Amino acid sequence: MEIRIGLAGNPNCGKTTFFNILTGSNQYVGNWPGVTVEKKEGKVKGRDNVTVTDLPGIYSLSPYTPEEIVARNYLVGERPNVILNIVDGTNIERNLYLTLQLIETGIPVVMAINMMDVVRKNGDKINIDLLSKRLGVKIIEVSALKNEGVEETVDLAVKTATSDNVHLPIHRFSGPVEHTLAHIEEAVVHEIPEEQQRYLAVKIFENDKEVLKTLGVESDVLNHIKKDIKLCETELDDDAESIIISERYDYITKIVKECCKKVNVTTTTSYKLDKILTGKFTGLPIFALIMFGVYYVSVTLIGTSVTDWVNDVLFGEWICGGVSAFLTNIGCAEWLISMICDGILGGVGSVIGFAPQMAILFFFLSFLEDCGYMTRIAFVMDRLFRKFGLSGKSFIPLLIGSGCGVPGIMASKTIESDSDRRMTIITTTFIPCGAKLPIISLIGGAILGGKWWVAPSMYLIGVIAVLVSALMLKKTKPFKAEENPFVMELPSYHMPVMSGVFRHVWERVRGFIIKAGTVLVVACAVMWCLSNFGVTSEGFVYLGGENSDSSFISYIGSAIAFIFSPLGFGNWKCVAATLSGFFAKENIVATIGVLLSKGETVNTLLTTAVAGFSFLVFNLLNSPCIAAISAMAKEMNSKKWFFFALLYQNVFAYLVCLMIYQIGGLFSGTVSFNFFTPVAFMVLLLFVYQIVKKDRNKIQ
Amino acid sequence: MTTLNDFRPGATLRVVKVHGEGALRRRIMDFGITKGVTLYIRKMAPLGDPMEILVRGYELSLRREDGKMIEVERINTKPI
Repeated sequence: MEIRIGLAGNPNCGKTTFFNILTGSNQYVGNWPGVTVEKKEGKVKGRDNVTVTDLPGIYSLSPYTPEEIVARNYLVGERPNVILNIVDGTNIERNLYLTLQLIETGIPVVMAINMMDVVRKNGDKINIDLLSKRLGVKIIEVSALKNEGVEETVDLAVKTATSDNVHLPIHRFSGPVEHTLAHIEEAVVHEIPEEQQRYLAVKIFENDKEVLKTLGVESDVLNHIKKDIKLCETELDDDAESIIISERYDYITKIVKECCKKVNVTTTTSYKLDKILTGKFTGLPIFALIMFGVYYVSVTLIGTSVTDWVNDVLFGEWICGGVSAFLTNIGCAEWLISMICDGILGGVGSVIGFAPQMAILFFFLSFLEDCGYMTRIAFVMDRLFRKFGLSGKSFIPLLIGSGCGVPGIMASKTIESDSDRRMTIITTTFIPCGAKLPIISLIGGAILGGKWWVAPSMYLIGVIAVLVSALMLKKTKPFKAEENPFVMELPSYHMPVMSGVFRHVWERVRGFIIKAGTVLVVACAVMWCLSNFGVTSEGFVYLGGENSDSSFISYIGSAIAFIFSPLGFGNWKCVAATLSGFFAKENIVATIGVLLSKGETVNTLLTTAVAGFSFLVFNLLNSPCIAAISAMAKEMNSKKWFFFALLYQNVFAYLVCLMIYQIGGLFSGTVSFNFFTPVAFMVLLLFVYQIVKKDRNKIQ
Repeated sequence: MTTLNDFRPGATLRVVKVHGEGALRRRIMDFGITKGVTLYIRKMAPLGDPMEILVRGYELSLRREDGKMIEVERINTKPI
């Protein structure tokens, strides 16, 4: 018999670890239909007839967040044979709140109390038998971290799923509520199977719009029910939703008092550790230190040397050398050899070179996430970010975005407020990602004289671009923030499961390599062809690195170069390089290298420091590479917003560079007063106006 | 009426009522802040906001702005 298990639990309860142990590498990751919530499914190891669906981590089955709606629809719509509810044993009271709601669905529930090792270490006690009796579900103790009790849990879940017992929730609300619920059951849901009635009745009592919509209750019946609910609300002096929540928690408080003995939380290691990590005086310095450490190790200490080795030795000498010798031996045409070696392998190699650096960066970020520090970062940074109309949670995507924009954009998922999330998606890629480093070092070295401040100032510009954009956008109508509380659990610190961290790193790096192997191969080949073939007086010819002024790319570049003249880089080579950044930002450097004719250097293209600076900033701020753009499309989940994001990024980059080149050039004496000078000043004024003007969205 | 926002770290409080409506209030209540529950204000973030409170045996971060929705009374027990 096929058995479907729905894995449910609060965020941070160890559900993902549990899922990974259950399924091993036997899992497929997708999306829940219609939303950008990740869906994971897999067969249990060694049991081909048992499928586990990992539901998003949720606190409740309310109709307010996409995660909760997805979980509800799955449970009620697809009705798995059994719900496996993972409960964090160190935080049992709040975890049981979801459990009660899961039991209400009438689907058999098996509860696995996780982190039992920590519970025992803290000296807490849980009376499993009594708890099981009070809740009416089977309970088992596990420790996903130590792989204890996992097999037994599956056995229990399968046994429960195959038994014929009907699972009716045993928890009862207070008299007036039960009275009203009985009315609702009779009036609306009596034709639905018995075990599903209670969930629906409670939802109708709460005036849950989603459920009312699906059921399609007739208006006269609904009015009748509403009268009953009103009576109950008057009697209990509260509104229906609060009554349900309060009574659930009251019931939980009662059972927890009976079944659990918790020692003082202030004596736990995590509590003491947090005193220092987010302390009044120590919080910020430690945060800065951790960030510095992560970047120093992944970018400076290990990153650069490994990346250089991959670029120069692995791809440069071994692979390209070997392939080139092989192709020459079999008598391949010269242009094909050049296309494969210089065009494709060179391009792909320069991207793969970032893989080790990314792996190390993601290792740290994933570690910080899993050990519980990431939410503390949001906690520490919230006040600062709120001043700019973002929340502390926006900091995490920006931080990850400094490694790679793709996971950075994906990390915006955790932001509940739609306007905050959109703003974060639009601005994340302003922060220079790893792939933009080569262009920073090229321009910084060649044109800005290798000054030490170039790279840090690019990060600073990125951060300022984010904050300025947020300040300007949040005052526009579409970004009017809906009310959204910044309520966030601060989970206990714990040592992450290393296999989970490595799995995470591998998923990211694999995605990156796949991108390099597919999109980039094509992009590099196209780019190479465009720049190596052309039309001269002899007709269509292979240029072979000579005479690139006749190449196709030069025609394309020249046609649109005039647009960039006001920014200081209106020559086709710079434009072509910028275009190639669309495929991957690291392409820009490679393209410039390919396009330079003999005797030319970057300085002949970008003659002044201001022009170089403008070119650099434009390439940092404009729309990101195609991989990040597709991540944006996915996370925005709306064509309108996606196109707005693209438009905004490019227009913003253009205007910023217009100001840099025209105003900067005017003051440094390299650009004389021209038509665009007053335009640039006007843009500056508009920016300042939008930043300082009153926020109408705030006035109610 | 005193709200959570009126108190400093170290205060132990009892929730009288959660004001506001809709998703905002539901979210706060789903996290276990319901009538009668005991809260302990543990600390403020290094920049003064949000605050960290201890409720139902776990730690929760809450903006002081949102704390205005939570009506509380001080109780004279020792900190949790």
